[in-house]
Amino acid sequence: MKNLTRRNFIKMVGGTAAAVGTLGFPAIAAAAGKKQVVIVGGGVGGATAARYIRRADPSVEVTLIEPNQHYYTCFMSNEVLGGERSIDSLKFGYDGLLRHGVKVVHDTVTAIDAAGRKVTTRGGQSFGYDRAIVAPGISFRWDTIEGYDETVATQSMPHAWKAGAQTTLLRKQLEGMADGGTVLIAPPPNPFRCPPGPYERACQIAHYLQQHKPKSRILILDAKDAFSKQGLFTQAWDRYYKGMITWVKAADTGGGVVRVDAKAGTVSTDFETYKPAVANIIPAQKAGEIAHTAGLTDDSGWCPIEGRTFESTLQKGIHVIGDAAIQAPLPKSGYAANSEAKVVAAAVVDLVNDREPGAPSWVNTCYSIVAPDDGISVAMVYNLVDGKVAKVEGAGGLTPMDSSAADRSREVAYAHSWFNNITNDIFG
Amino acid sequence: MLDNRLHSFVAGFVLLTGAAPLYAAPAASMLSDTCAGCHGTDGASHGPATPTIAGLSPDYFTESMQGFKSGERPGTVMGRIARGYTDEEIALMAGYFKDLPFVPARQKTDPAKVAQGEEVYSGNCNKCHDENGSLASDDAGILAGQWLPYLTYSMEDFTSGAREMPRKMKKKVDKLKASEIEATLQFFASQQ
Repeated sequence: MKNLTRRNFIKMVGGTAAAVGTLGFPAIAAAAGKKQVVIVGGGVGGATAARYIRRADPSVEVTLIEPNQHYYTCFMSNEVLGGERSIDSLKFGYDGLLRHGVKVVHDTVTAIDAAGRKVTTRGGQSFGYDRAIVAPGISFRWDTIEGYDETVATQSMPHAWKAGAQTTLLRKQLEGMADGGTVLIAPPPNPFRCPPGPYERACQIAHYLQQHKPKSRILILDAKDAFSKQGLFTQAWDRYYKGMITWVKAADTGGGVVRVDAKAGTVSTDFETYKPAVANIIPAQKAGEIAHTAGLTDDSGWCPIEGRTFESTLQKGIHVIGDAAIQAPLPKSGYAANSEAKVVAAAVVDLVNDREPGAPSWVNTCYSIVAPDDGISVAMVYNLVDGKVAKVEGAGGLTPMDSSAADRSREVAYAHSWFNNITNDIFG
Repeated sequence: MLDNRLHSFVAGFVLLTGAAPLYAAPAASMLSDTCAGCHGTDGASHGPATPTIAGLSPDYFTESMQGFKSGERPGTVMGRIARGYTDEEIALMAGYFKDLPFVPARQKTDPAKVAQGEEVYSGNCNKCHDENGSLASDDAGILAGQWLPYLTYSMEDFTSGAREMPRKMKKKVDKLKASEIEATLQFFASQQ
């Protein structure tokens, strides 16, 4: 967006949208024989898929529909909470995709007609497609914690599990709290976006508190009995934040947080009520809204997909990628969404050109920064076995518990490099 | 030419033999695009530390991946990732990255150290790392314009003995002071 004024940007984007709306671009494009791909959602998965389709076959017309003008990456947002990074460093626009010839439409998709191969938006536009890619990320199960809803999240008890205003609110609350208070973190049950995230968050918040409010404490009331990179996180809590962080497993509270009272500022389990200085409630999750409306979800609330192409097993011609998909053993992570998007981009280009999609390959690497000079990671390579995503035997794994201080320091530098490289790969 | 023939031969080999009856190797671009998350789109890293892998010689790329895979070469995540690939897949990626342009890193260097490093380089390193370390020849990595933290990590590993140096390199490096090694890395890092 650097060389683009706001007015020019709106002209470009709005102009595209207007032309599409009034002239009916599927009809025109069909006349020109161009294949149409519509992508719903401009996060990691959607934006990567858009770019990589254009890379593989510039003759394919790609329309990406995303309500927001900017995307804030959820990854590295814990560093904002720790005071190590600005919120603006997580902010990305869509000028990169425009340069790659992607049509970017800022609107909200309200319906996807799989039989008619057509996407409709709140703004009254409709887009025909040969293939659709749906990457709506997550939405929250507001009904799982009594008294907790979007208003409470926005006003007093942020989840900060979608980055942006929520991250800023939580950071402000941490800055505003008095020394000696308790920060309560309520991590969600599985499956959820960014499995190591709540525990890295505890590290980052503890790092901030240690410098500015050393008498303060962190209480983690988990909805689970175990968590990602548990040994490494526990080691870090002991090594850097001794006595500051208490983690309580679900079994000890009868299942974690069940109720909040926003007015009273209290958070309750079945056994006990707490009055923390700051409450970070991360609710249970499901696929983003449009996935439900479009009939892409099963009883789990997530989207079942076919392994090779991530095409929905419920709706033909629609591929679901990123956190919304049932992509296990791939995790719900930014790296995985980026990797899935490339596989799907290649498959979609093959399919619209009447070719059999080739063999896929995926990678995931998730870094967590547990202290300014200590990073840990989990990595894995995946391939397709009997039509399903599978971990490659013998590959992957965690940072060793006994890795050297030098290696931990390198992992921080590599984590920051990963952030720069993946965001350039998505939005650059 | 030779490289292209080798590439086709390798691809053919994969098709003919396969790793397992149900497993066909993915295309070179499919395998290589997964590296972009950490090493940058088309293998050109935006740094600050992860190395650019575009333009590397297939020999060096393969030796690195095989070293990570066997554990002979130390690393953080790379050993865990390299173990996810067959020899054929590594060869496909080596063939893919060799044709991509190496983009020199834009980073700050210290002019005095760069000048000192150039002298050290000329007297010690230039026979194998020719043209200021910019050539992707045989088993030498591209050092010119590589990210400085990565160059520093690499020399730390060489001098600590964690990573084995080629005999000729060890003879030279053993005679250098730490400050001379640092200056040489600054010289490589400054190349555009």
